[in-house]
Amino acid sequence: MSEAVMDSEAAVEPDGKAGVVNDFSRDKQVFGVPWGKAMMWIFLLSDTFIFSCFLVAYMSVRIATTDPWPNPSEVFALQAFGHDVPLLLIAIMTFVLITSSGTMALAVNMGYRKNRKATFWLMVATAALGATFVSMQAFEWTKLIMEGVRPWENPFGAAQFGSSFFMITGFHGMHVTAGVIYLLVIAFRVRNGFYEKRGANYEIVEIAGLYWHFVDLVWVFIFAFFYLW
Amino acid sequence: MASAEGQQHPLKIYYIMWGALFILSGFSYATDFMDHGALRTFLILTFMMLKASGIVWIFMHMGWERLALKLAILGPPVAILVLIWLMSLEGLYIEETRLENYGESTFVPQEVHHGAAKPEEGAH
Repeated sequence: MSEAVMDSEAAVEPDGKAGVVNDFSRDKQVFGVPWGKAMMWIFLLSDTFIFSCFLVAYMSVRIATTDPWPNPSEVFALQAFGHDVPLLLIAIMTFVLITSSGTMALAVNMGYRKNRKATFWLMVATAALGATFVSMQAFEWTKLIMEGVRPWENPFGAAQFGSSFFMITGFHGMHVTAGVIYLLVIAFRVRNGFYEKRGANYEIVEIAGLYWHFVDLVWVFIFAFFYLW
Repeated sequence: MASAEGQQHPLKIYYIMWGALFILSGFSYATDFMDHGALRTFLILTFMMLKASGIVWIFMHMGWERLALKLAILGPPVAILVLIWLMSLEGLYIEETRLENYGESTFVPQEVHHGAAKPEEGAH
């Protein structure tokens, strides 16, 4: 009873700047979201700093080197229709990841509608697209390694190109791999009714979705700074 | 109790965002065919920021969260701008000392070849 009163009270709490002051000073939980979601956001904030450090380090070594920087547009070109199409594989990878972000967003929505079947299949589709992305990255790595790109040297220009490339895309690929496993675990739990026993609460799908969208978000920055710049 | 709230929005918003991401990524890819210069850099950054804010605001539902959470999560990354500034100064300084002590680079880059179609084109 008293909880219901608290809830209706929460509904009239101020928004905007006054709301921030109120949220931090009302002697209650600050963020009006489930703890799992708040913790995922804080984890993603720390991950933001890790990826920023990699990208800033990449910027720093690229400025500092006196050797010519390899042209990513040529290095990552792929042969199609008898021509070298610049950055083709990377573009396809980008679209695969965006598609997976869309299916994940729909899975979150279906989760809140308690449509377990649709949630399960959309999450499996997201994981499959993620696995496709990682496979394409493995192909990309194989190709570059065969062409002589190493973390310490490469035939196309500054040695720092290889170290930045393997470090940044490797760490991102690891995140995607972890995400695929995470999504599959949650998806199968959704299907076998694990969350039905916990009050049919599907917030967990949104939390997993936050992680997945973050992986896509990081790729947006990698694509802009590493591949296009 | 809390599950009754949650982030429930019409599907239409997601479809629009999804389409917008495809279009913006297409634009991003198109910048690769432009000449290097201020315009290209500007467009790369513009499309990047548009995509990033779309993902955070709509897909990650940040637009519907309270301001306290928005500030707590989106505020701290602003400090990275200081790191970018400092590290670019550092990079320029290292480049300068390298040029002073070792002179210009003598590295001769190899041309990039993919697949097997190139050799016939490149017949002497």
